[in-house]
Order: sequence, then structure tokens, then C-alpha cells
Amino acid sequence: MRNKTFLLSTFLFPIVIVLFIAGATFLAIKSKNKSKIAVINDPGYLQKNLESDSSFVIFEFPKDVTSANYEEKGYAGILKVNDTASKKYVIESKKSLGIERMDFIERQMTKAVEYNMLQEKSIDRTLLDSINKASKEAVQVTNELETGKEVNNKLPYIIGFGCGIIIYITMFIFGAMVMRGVMEEKMNRIAEVIVSSVKPFQLMMGKIIGIAAVGLTQLLLWIVFIMVLVNLLPLIISPDTLQQVQDVQQSQQALPGGPNNTLALKVVSATDSFVNDVNWWLIIPCFLFYFLGGYLFYAALFASVGSVINEDPQEAQSLMLPIMMPIIFAFIILSTSIENPDSQMAFWGSMIPFTSPIVMMGRIAKGVPEVVPWWQLFLSMALLIGGFIFTTWFAGKIYRTGILLYGKKASWKEMIKWIRRS
Amino acid sequence: MQFSLFKIISRKKARLIASTGKFALKFLIMAILELSHLKKYFKEQRAVDDISLTIGKGSIFGLLGPNGAGKTTLIRMITGIFYPDEGQITFDGKKFDPINDVIHIGYMPEERGLYKKMKIGEQAMYLAQLKGMKKDEAFKKIKFWFEKFEMQSWWNKKVEDLSKGMSQKLQFVTTVLHEPKLIILDEPFSGLDPVNSNLIKDEIYKLAQNGSTVIFSTHRMEQVEEICNHIILVNKGKKILDGTVKQVKQDYKEHLFKVNFQNQLTPEHLAIHLFEVKKQKGNEVVLKLHEGFNNNDVLQYFINKGLMVESFNEILPSLNEIFIKLVEDTPLTRQFSPVTA
Repeated sequence: MRNKTFLLSTFLFPIVIVLFIAGATFLAIKSKNKSKIAVINDPGYLQKNLESDSSFVIFEFPKDVTSANYEEKGYAGILKVNDTASKKYVIESKKSLGIERMDFIERQMTKAVEYNMLQEKSIDRTLLDSINKASKEAVQVTNELETGKEVNNKLPYIIGFGCGIIIYITMFIFGAMVMRGVMEEKMNRIAEVIVSSVKPFQLMMGKIIGIAAVGLTQLLLWIVFIMVLVNLLPLIISPDTLQQVQDVQQSQQALPGGPNNTLALKVVSATDSFVNDVNWWLIIPCFLFYFLGGYLFYAALFASVGSVINEDPQEAQSLMLPIMMPIIFAFIILSTSIENPDSQMAFWGSMIPFTSPIVMMGRIAKGVPEVVPWWQLFLSMALLIGGFIFTTWFAGKIYRTGILLYGKKASWKEMIKWIRRS
Repeated sequence: MQFSLFKIISRKKARLIASTGKFALKFLIMAILELSHLKKYFKEQRAVDDISLTIGKGSIFGLLGPNGAGKTTLIRMITGIFYPDEGQITFDGKKFDPINDVIHIGYMPEERGLYKKMKIGEQAMYLAQLKGMKKDEAFKKIKFWFEKFEMQSWWNKKVEDLSKGMSQKLQFVTTVLHEPKLIILDEPFSGLDPVNSNLIKDEIYKLAQNGSTVIFSTHRMEQVEEICNHIILVNKGKKILDGTVKQVKQDYKEHLFKVNFQNQLTPEHLAIHLFEVKKQKGNEVVLKLHEGFNNNDVLQYFINKGLMVESFNEILPSLNEIFIKLVEDTPLTRQFSPVTA
């Protein structure tokens, strides 16, 4: 039974994740079906300058289309020029056109108006384009740091956030697993049988270390599995869809400053630079350390909650809240410290063991020692080690009393008393 | 004259010293467990308040007391789960070492259970290995016990598929599997039918014969009377009774006799300073002897009166009665009635 659930969760979780990514990619592509926009009352310059994207938005300039019949004629919307002086345009449509489509239309309109202005001032458009292009090629600004490494701004963000989220989720999953395991031992009434053979502390540590081993195995399997599936993804998705991905990619590369944030592109570009641009020799050991450290820090606390719960699992909720709050708080700090890894909040968040496993991962991905000096990393690690030794000691005291206490609900206040007393 | 008197006293004294010495020596060699002035105080109550006792090797020892008397706390100190606040535990002649001595103890707690999803065979193996048994040794022992209790076919079953009685049997097996010197059973018969109760009872006798000592904690007095040879009664953390079952019954007897006569009784027959009549039903009388008289005095009197005594039995109190009397007499006691689970 146990083995079955382990196998299921080990293999289903990555499949679900990959399917989710694939599904999101697919939807992103699907939503890019082309639509025609009818432009009426053209003041003259639009037809000349407005560029269509044959796979996305097509501008047409029919004569016989009005607000009343644009739908029958096969147009998704109708663009009216109401007031040429103030350059105010309105698109009428039955259904919302969507943010991306509106974005595209606005960009094209701006360009068209810009070209028109250039023409009015008798500036040659092709000349300007070539100057722009030439100047872009002539000047290259890169943010080079002392170590000579180039800063890739997007990737560390993804890596840091990803690692933080994984630690955040697994902390809940495996913490809850420890709690359930302890509860099970107490409710099955086997706890007293076992503690007549081993010390309660040994029983608790056995549970924590056992689940840590399961967790690490599962985590490594997930990583391998997801890697494999991500590489297999192009084979799974039909060639048709893949072609569409490439189309989207090309059309967006063709547009400088285009929306570079579709999920499809993220997947493709992430896999590209994933392997080469990241200092895996730093990230992976740190990730494993913070995963284990964070797990050990919280698992003992979850175990102590499990030990004081009686028949009613509802009791767990109120007792778990003080443990879950800092984890959730850590996640909030992570999202701000990833933008500002040097802020006070990020620094303290990555030092205090309650939040450091999640927050520090977000900062490390930005670079050690450029963003996070070595001393900060080592101090944070030392504090985390000290932290989990403390929580384990603390939880052990509660666990020892709680596991043998039946029929009485304990509050945190009471548990503190148990610690003082022993 | 003076000389001889001195001689008599000294001889008596010498005999007394010799006998107590022998008594102490006997227990020194034979005791598996000795508690001296054991105390465990919790914030609200004195769970165990200065209890001393000695348990001889191979005895079946009854630990009695109402709910909340401190039995479980006492047992938990003996099994190394709790540390005593004060006092000493001597196990098998040495100071009790909670880490290493626990493998010589088998404990079946009142709040007991097993891993529900684990297979029975694996579970027994796991618990045996926790008690320091080698794998092959544990396997052999488990097979032996499973055959004895006709449980061989259960090996691959899960505990959740067992009935309550079946899992109690399994629990008993896992408790005694490692041949502990001291076996502690807390309400071992709860949930068992009479057939299985007898099965376990017989095993308890056999274990005691083979040199294991059994501490037997229960509220069910009829089982105690049947099984135990020595009992102590605990109430409010204090020991209020300690002795062999026979001795205890003698100590608490009320000199009651049930007499059956063949003759017709008249009130004059019973009007006598030797005894008072507690109950009369036809020719059957329950008498309470007055102090200073014994069975023979009464019999003599009846014979002299020309009465034909058909039967003459002393009524000894049951442990149940002694239990209730003592517990209710203890000052400031919450009133517990013995629970028959």
C-alpha cells in the first residue's frame, strides 16, 4: 500500500507537471488563432503603413463594412477612426479581443502613426530603419561584472523562484507526511509499544529521517523524470503544434521588443540556456542543503504537532497554523527578494532559519559572491543547522509527553509548559 | 531464674534475626525487580507517591488499583519510558538501565495497537528486531508462536483485516516473543473471548514456570484471584496493600461462617455470646464470630446442643470486596468503582 502510493506520487507528479506545462503551452498557441479586423474611415495613412501578421491579426480595408454587419462579413472587430486630430481610435467587437491581440494592434497603430509623422516631415522611412539597425549593431551594452560573467536577468529569476517554490511545496508535503505518520502511530496505539523498546526521541528521529530519505529519493526522481519529459515534449506534442510554436517564435523574434513572455517561449528558451548559463555546481548542492535543512527544521515541529493530536484531525489545523505562517511568509519574502536581492528584508529573510531555506535559494540564483557574499551564505547555513538542532530538541520534548497522552487536547501554551518541566 | 529468662529472650531474638535474614536473602537472590521509594509527581497530582515493592522471580504479580491510581505511571517507570523523580529501581540485581535493560522486558500496554497497514509477519519481525533479536532467530520464534496459536496462515495478512481478538493474540505474541525476563501485561484479556482468554492464561502460567516474571495489571478481580500469587493495591499513588492472595484474604476476613443444620433451629439455639447471626434462611445460618473465639468453640457449642451440623464453611472475602472496601476507605479518594471491562 505504502509502496503503491510512493510509486504513484513519484511518477504521477512529474507527469502532471509536464502535462500542465504542455497544456499551458498548447493553450497559449491555440489562443493565437487569426482574426481579421476591418478598418474604416481610414484617414489615408493606415492602409499604407499598417502591417498585418498573417497568423494572428489581419487588417483589411473593406468599403462596405459597418458596425452593423462586420460580423457577417467575417471580421472579429471593426476599427474606427473617430477623431484624427487627437488620434483616438475605437475598436468595436462582440467578444473581447484579449490583451495580446490589443497589444499587437496598438503597437502596429503606433508604428503606422509614427511612419505617417515621418513622412509628413519628409524623413525617409527605410533610411531611418537602416540607421536604427546599424546603430543597434554598433552599440552593445552588456552588464559585465568583476568576475567577467555576463548577467542573464531572466534565468536566475526562474531558477531562484523555481527552487524556492519546490522547497516551499515539499516542505508542506513532507512536513504533513511526518505529521500524519506520527498521528498514525499515536492513533494506532503502537507508540507506547515501541517506546518500551526505543527512546521516544529515537522514534521521532526515525520517522523524520525515514521520510527525508523518501523525500530526497522522490525529489531526485522528479528532477530526472521532468528533465527527460521536457526533452521528450517535442515528440509528444504533434508536429502541427510544434510548427505553430516555431511560427510564434519567429514572428516574435521578428518584432524587436515583442511580447517575449509566452509560456511556449519560456519553455523553449529555458531549455536552451538552462544547461549552460547556470552555475549548477553551486545551485544543486545549495538546493539540496536548503531542502534538507528546511525540511529538518520544520519536520520536527510537524512531528510535535502530530504527537499532541487526538482522534480528531481537526485539532491539527489550529496547531499547524503557527508552523505554516512562517513558511507562507517566507514565500512572500521570496517573491520580493528575487527582485531586490540586496534589500534588508531579503537579507534578514535569508538569515533567519524560519524563512532562509526558501528566501536564500532565490538570492543564491542571482549569483555568489556577486549578490550574496560567501560570508552571508555560510552564516545562513550555520544558522539553519543551529536552527534545526534547536527545533528538534524542542519538538522532542513535546513529542515525548504528547505521544503517550490520550484523550486530552493540548494547546501550544501547555506544550511550552511540558518543555519547561522536563 | 533471671538467667534463664534472658536466655529465652535472646533465643527468640536470635531466631527472629535469623528468619528475617533468611527472608531478605531469599529475596535478594530471587527478586527480579525491586522498587524503593519510587516517586513521580506531575503538576496536578502525585501519580506515584513513595512506592516500594519487591517482585520475586517466576511469580505472577498483580498490580491493582482504580482508574487514575498511578498504575500506568508506575509501569512506565519500570519500562524506562518515564524517569522517576526520586527512588531507585533495581532490575535483576543491578541498578535499572533504561537503555539496555528494556530488551529484557516485554510490555503490553493498555493503550495498545499495531501498524494497521503492515503485514503481520513483517510486523512481528520488526518488533522482535527492536528488542534486539537477530533476523533468523526472530523468524524461528515467530513461526513457533504462530503455530502454537494457529496463526500460520496470517503471515501475509494486514492487521486491519484482523478481528479484535485476533490482533490481541498477535499483540501478546509480539510481547513475549523475545523471552523477556519480565513481562508486563496491562489488561491482557480485554477484547478476548473465553476460549482465547484461557489460551493466553495458560501461556502466562507456562511463562512463569519457565522463569519469566509476569506483572499483571487489571481491574478484574476474579482474574487476579485466579492467576496471581502476589498482589499489591495502589490508590492515589500510594501502596495500600501488599501480600500474597491467600494472606490478603486472611487479613481481611470478617470471621463469617456459613453453617447448615439437619435439625430444626429454634431461637434459643442461636442466642449465645459466641457469635451473632448475620443471616438466617431455614436451616442455613451465616454467623459472625465474636472476638476471642474460634471455629472449634462454635462447633463444640453446636455439638453440645445436640445439633447435627451438615456443613461448616468459612466465608472469605473476595478480592473484589477487599478492593472496594480499601479504595472507598482511603481518605479523600475520588470514588471509583472497579471497572469490569
